[in-house]
Formats: sequence, C-alpha cells, structure tokens
Amino acid sequence: MLIKRIKYNQPKPSEITPESIYRQRRKIMGAAAVAGLGMIGGWSLQSALARVALDSGKLGKSALSTDEAPTDLDDITHYNNFYELGTRKSDPARHADELITDPWSITVSGHCEKPGKLTLEDFLKGQDLEERIYRLRCVEGWSMVIPWVGFPLSKALARFQPTARAKYVAFETLHDPKHLHGQRRKILDWPYSEGLRMDEAMHPLTIFAVGLYGKVLPNQNGAPIRLVVPWKYGFKSIKSIVDIRFVERQPPTTWNKLASDEYGFYSNVNPEVPHPRWSQRRERRIGEFRKRKTLKFNGYAEEVASLYRGMDLKKYF
Amino acid sequence: MIVMNKQQIVRIAKILVFIAALAPFLGYLAALYNDALGANPIETIQRASGDWAMRLLWATLAITPLRKLTGEPALLKFRRMLGLYAFFYASVHLIIYLWLDQFFSWPDIIADIIERPFITVGFFSFLILAPLAATSTRGMMRRLKRRWGQLHKGVYGAAIAAELHFWWMKASKSDVSEPLIYLLILALLLGFRFFPWLSGKLKRSGLTSGAMDMVHP
Repeated sequence: MLIKRIKYNQPKPSEITPESIYRQRRKIMGAAAVAGLGMIGGWSLQSALARVALDSGKLGKSALSTDEAPTDLDDITHYNNFYELGTRKSDPARHADELITDPWSITVSGHCEKPGKLTLEDFLKGQDLEERIYRLRCVEGWSMVIPWVGFPLSKALARFQPTARAKYVAFETLHDPKHLHGQRRKILDWPYSEGLRMDEAMHPLTIFAVGLYGKVLPNQNGAPIRLVVPWKYGFKSIKSIVDIRFVERQPPTTWNKLASDEYGFYSNVNPEVPHPRWSQRRERRIGEFRKRKTLKFNGYAEEVASLYRGMDLKKYF
Repeated sequence: MIVMNKQQIVRIAKILVFIAALAPFLGYLAALYNDALGANPIETIQRASGDWAMRLLWATLAITPLRKLTGEPALLKFRRMLGLYAFFYASVHLIIYLWLDQFFSWPDIIADIIERPFITVGFFSFLILAPLAATSTRGMMRRLKRRWGQLHKGVYGAAIAAELHFWWMKASKSDVSEPLIYLLILALLLGFRFFPWLSGKLKRSGLTSGAMDMVHP
C-alpha cells in the first residue's frame, strides 16, 4: 500500500468512489455485516448488531463521528497491542482463539445502588447500538480511524445507579492465564486495569464498543466488549472487560504502575507533552506515508477540553 | 596444495557470507515492493534494519573468540566484511529514522538526540561505527599502525551503546526478552576478551599483530 501510493500516486478510496455510493457506504457495510455476522457473543449481540447494521443506512451520520476515511479492516485487525495475546503487533490476530468470549459475564461493584454480576446479554439488553467513527491515537506514535459499533458508557453505567461517592470508575480485563499465553509471563501486573474519572466516563464521546466495521468485535480488538475513549492514548481503552468498580479514589492503572513517569493516569493525547522516549508531536496514520501533526486531545478538544479546565496538563499528563 | 585448497574454500565461503548478509536487505526490499510488511511497513523495516545491524555486529565480535577456540586463522578474513555489513544496516537504520521518521526536520532530530537517551546512545553507536568503517581498508590499517587497533577497540563501545539503545526502546514496552538475549551473547563475547579465564585453557595463540591483539595483557 505504501509503495503503491508512492509509485502510482493513488488517490484515497473516498476520492475515486462516486459520491452517491460513498454516501451509502454505511448501508453497504451494514448489508455486508448482516451477511457476515460471526458466531460469537451470543444471539442477543448478533441480533442487536444485525439491527444496527440494517438501521445504520437510515441512521446517517453520528454527529460525533469523523468524516475521515476509516483505516483498512485488515490493518485494524492485524496491528494490535493486546499483550494478553502476545507482545508483537501481529501476535493478537495469530493467537485470537486463546480468548474465550462465550460465556461472558461482567461484575459491577463499588459505590452504586444496584451492583451485580451480569451475563453479557443482560449487560447489553436495552442498549441501542450505533456506529461511531473515531480517531485512535496510540502512545507509540501511530494512529487509525476506526468505525466502532457501540453505545455510550454513560448509558451502560447509569442503570447501576452510581452514588455520590463514585468519583472514579475502574475496569479490569479478563484474567485467564490458562488460555491467554501472554498472562503466563509477568510482563504486566495482570489483570490489565484501567480507570476514568467519573465525568470522563459519562462524557458522550466515551463508549463501550462491541463491534467494528458493522461486525462483532474480533477477539484481537478486545471482544466481546471494550472501552473506547478517543481523546486518550489507546492503552486507556481497555479491552475484554469483566469487572467494573465505582470507587472514590483514583484507581491504580496497569501502565501507570509500571512506569508512572511515562504513562500518566489521564494520558490525554497531547503533542505538547513528550513521552520520555519519544516526541508526541507527530503520528503516523496507518496507511499513510507522511506523518501528521498530532492534535491536542486527538482532535476532540472542542468536546473535552472543558473537563480539564484549570488543570496543569503537563503535571497531570 | 593444501594451502591452495584452503584459499579456494575461503574465497567461496566469503561469497556465500556476502550473499547471506545481503539477503535480509533484499528480502525486505522485495516484501516492501509487494506490500507484504503489514500495517506499518516503515516501522517494520526500521526495526529489521536495527536487528540486522546488531546481529552482524555481534557476528563481527564473535570472530576473534571463534578463532581462538578453533585455532582457525582464516576466520579473520570474514571480520571486515561482517563489520562493514553491520555498518551498512546501521546506516539504513539511521537513514530511515532521518527520512521516514523525521522527514529531515533537523530541529526535531537534534532535540530528539539530545533529549532522549535511547536515541542518544543509538546515535552514539553509529558515530563510533562510522570511522571504523572508513578506516577498514588495508591501506588505512597500514597507515595507522598501532593506532588502528586502538581505534577499532571502539567496536566494543558501539556494541554496548547499541545494546542500551535496544534495551531502552523495549523497556518502555515492558518486554526486554529480545534485548536480554542480545545482552547475554554480548556479555559472553566481551567476556572472552576482558576475562581470559572465560576462554578456558586457551592460551594466546601466536597470531597476534597489533591490530588483532586481545584487550587483556
């Protein structure tokens, strides 16, 4: 792709596709999704995804989606950081079957009125899925544009009725070293854990994703359910979640515990705060040759900058 | 007759080693052309060129211990070629960084080299290797006499700096298993030189000339 673009100076797919067809791309993707729905995740997720796939043509554009051309599905699903499935980028796709997503349940606890352990089906019940096309910026200096399917985290959390003492929400990934070979090595302090401040969690941009490109989320991308926080570095968007806790104090998070001077709790995308080992000023969008300038809050400053008003972002990086 | 035979073997072996050391470069070039390097081809060739620079540098450092262990002086005839190949891959690695990573934005490059230790040591390693490559000819060897040997001991520094460069790069991703393998081999290779007991009962062979001397007395 790289070479072809240099050699033939290929235009973007969006430039060669007739406008009328390009405008229908979600409908076309939806039809493809119905034809190709996977067998994982239980019937309710499948039918829910089928419904959103059918509707997405009519739904039109989410105001929160970007217009930018989505990254190739093949790149999104074969270039992953998911250490549970291996540390190389190609490992998660290769070892995807180590992640067992059925049955799946999620435990919700801490400062809330209605804690409980729910099956994935129950957890998703009543949620309207929608497509959200978001930029994803990895702390390593690369980025993608990903058409997620999911629903606002605020809606998922509201039904558990967090109390006033819930200042933060903490998440944990499945811990299954019997199957996930990466967890048999002490590379990270398993299970992977992440957290958000409550206002970050309730922000309309923050979603739980259960699909991408109109299909059930592939295992290597964090099936069956993962967080997506598009204005933060990718590692904040924790995958394959089994545990949610409402807590009063800032929860410990995996990469921050490992190297607190390199990976902050907030980890908002910020070109002005370099990582000790590399600059964050620019990024390589997967599929592109030249690097792009990295935007503050990954280009979502208008939506989220107010969350951090008065905070020194160099200190709280 | 035996001497002739050996010369022929060495000549053929040199051609084979030359091709083997060039093969990764050609392989990656072909894969790049065929779009077979995955989602981030620039990162892939960046990593691979660094890997091969280190592997060939390690191979260069293995020549002297191997020669002492086997008592085979002909091994020395491969050292320059391997060393120059290590420099070749290191140059590719640096050029990719300057061009495809930084797009020749010199202020960014200078800031990067100053501010980030992992870049600093990588660059330092290259700075050591460059004069070694430039003085690798027989003429330079003759002209520099004893100083050639002293200069070329810099290769130890270059290897240690390269090891640090790789370690620090991987440490921030919490997986040092690969640099650890390189470190253990490097420790062994340098151990042969600095701790003679490591090389067992082997005595210094009579093959010494200023340039090929061991570091320890």
